[in-house]
Amino acid sequence: MRSVAQKPVPPAELPRNRALVLFGAVGLLFVVLLGRSLYLQWVANDFLQGQGAARFSREIEVPAHRGRIVDRHGEALAISTPVKSLWVFRDKVEASPEQLRKLARVLETTPQQLASRLHGDGEFSFVARQLAPETAEHALGLGINGLYEQNEYRRYYPGGEVTAQVIGFTGDRDAGQEGIELAQQGWLGGAAGSRRVIINRRGEIVEDVAAIRAPQAGRDLALSIDSRLQYLAFRELQAAIERNKAKAGGLVVIDARSGEILALANSPTYNPNRRDKIAREKMRNRALTDTFEPGSTMKPFTIAAALEAGKVHPDSVIHTEAGELTIGKNTIHDAHRAGPLTVEQVIQKSSNVGAAKIALSLPPVTLWKMFSEAGFGTAPATGFPGEVAGRLRAPSTWKPIEQATMSYGHGLSVNLVQLARAYTIFADDGELKPVGLLKNEGAVAGRPVVSATTARAVRHMLELATLPGGTAPQAQVAGYRVAGKTGTARKIEGREYTHKYVASFVGMAPASNPRLIVAVMIDEPTGGDYYGGSVAGPVFSSVMGAALRMLGVPTDAPVDNVVLPPPGALVHEET
Amino acid sequence: MTRVNIVLLCILVGCALSLVTSRHQARRLTVELEREQSRARQFDVEYGQLSLEQSTWSMPARIEKVARESLRMQLPASTRVEIVEAAGEKAK
Repeated sequence: MRSVAQKPVPPAELPRNRALVLFGAVGLLFVVLLGRSLYLQWVANDFLQGQGAARFSREIEVPAHRGRIVDRHGEALAISTPVKSLWVFRDKVEASPEQLRKLARVLETTPQQLASRLHGDGEFSFVARQLAPETAEHALGLGINGLYEQNEYRRYYPGGEVTAQVIGFTGDRDAGQEGIELAQQGWLGGAAGSRRVIINRRGEIVEDVAAIRAPQAGRDLALSIDSRLQYLAFRELQAAIERNKAKAGGLVVIDARSGEILALANSPTYNPNRRDKIAREKMRNRALTDTFEPGSTMKPFTIAAALEAGKVHPDSVIHTEAGELTIGKNTIHDAHRAGPLTVEQVIQKSSNVGAAKIALSLPPVTLWKMFSEAGFGTAPATGFPGEVAGRLRAPSTWKPIEQATMSYGHGLSVNLVQLARAYTIFADDGELKPVGLLKNEGAVAGRPVVSATTARAVRHMLELATLPGGTAPQAQVAGYRVAGKTGTARKIEGREYTHKYVASFVGMAPASNPRLIVAVMIDEPTGGDYYGGSVAGPVFSSVMGAALRMLGVPTDAPVDNVVLPPPGALVHEET
Repeated sequence: MTRVNIVLLCILVGCALSLVTSRHQARRLTVELEREQSRARQFDVEYGQLSLEQSTWSMPARIEKVARESLRMQLPASTRVEIVEAAGEKAK
């Protein structure tokens, strides 16, 4: 204790210099600290924020897939599902022979083929495209350095060749390339979005910072197509094409009340699920993009024009001049000589001379107006890409012979959907219905073209054509009254009419109150027969009969109503 | 004055702590939300695949083949069909 007591007591105040030095040193340290923090906060801020973001913030893609296409009952016709493609940079990939062998086995290919993909020209190469996600995961699980995956979508078409031309298909980038896929790209197409998020060390997203691009999901699209009717139409058309050794064909089924296209089949066709090698030829939706001279299926419109103008009555008698009529230098013929015919019989027996004489009694503009209002010469506006308008020349340029031939469907051209649509006039008391490939909600307003009386009168004539004594008894359907018209047109090549034919039939049923319109066109039948009644008529009959039964339409005739005339007594037509 | 300050300090500390907890909670919920969303996406994909499968199996072509070949069914001739009218059929 003494020693402590002996210690000199420190002065009450430190030496001033020491205090200043110490204070200065500490103060300087604070200044350095402050400077550093200012530097970090202001000068190096961007760099540091960037580094931080690089560690915790990620921009991730929000996928959006293409909308589905479904039929009127919601049955899927086109669906996108995610698939994966594997790719490499050829000079960066490192794989042992063992790994390559395993990879080849996973990808179900040979090591040789795999090697050719890994050692070709160019830096980038796909190893496998559009694999099932499980397969791709398996392949990546082999641990090959430099093998990467890429997410894609692949479009599948369960209907395959049955719906091929209507739906079309998509290209590489999931963008529509043909058909409805192309026409409705804006509606169906989805655009992937992206957003910025913060992840934790386990890679989980812990915070949603901002949406950079909102994803736009593709919307589903309901078509007016009924897949059962579509299949039926396709099957019967295909069978008819084979039976008649024809080049091509088309078949359209329209709902007579709403104008919706319930089935639209084409032949030849292709499988949209395997589209590496498809001929352009087969992709065409002939029923909408190709025109043909309709032949006698035009006659009802000529008659309707004359009835509307008050020139004839259904039972007025037309002298058919023994089946020949000379106009200027040209002579038109009938396939059979029938003598005087009533207007009804002109349709029933499909007399060219009769139709021509009726047409020549009208001014060209009246006939033109009828054809034009029935929708000929204007595209049917179904919204399908590449649909054509057909050809209907201005009436001021018509010569008498042309007016005569147009009355029975030569010298103008139509597509099959147009033709089927035009017949809605006779099915629904004179109203032309707009046709479309999309499902309609509710009733559709038509445009009146002829009076209900005229429409009913023509419908009655069309019914006669399918009864014995008409040109198409083969078109009859058990249990239902049908009304329709045959067409047998010679094809024009260059400027000459050839001996190639287009056989067609357009009709409706039940005739008492039509629900469906079916139009069939068979291009170049070479099986011996080429008449619309015997080539296209049976197709109409089987499609119409099955379709009406499928839709549960009440019958309007006894089931034993089908009366076929003896084979020799069939009435044939020239056009 | 001092007492008020102490109370305010306590409130401040309490707020700060609750901010930390709620932030933590928010992150946990986000993780959960993300997990559920990715499950939803997965289900969506699976739904697409299944409806594709369903569509493929139920294609009329296949049904007809099965009916005709393995079940030995056939369409009745029209003469063997009898049409029965339901009571409400006329009104329809």
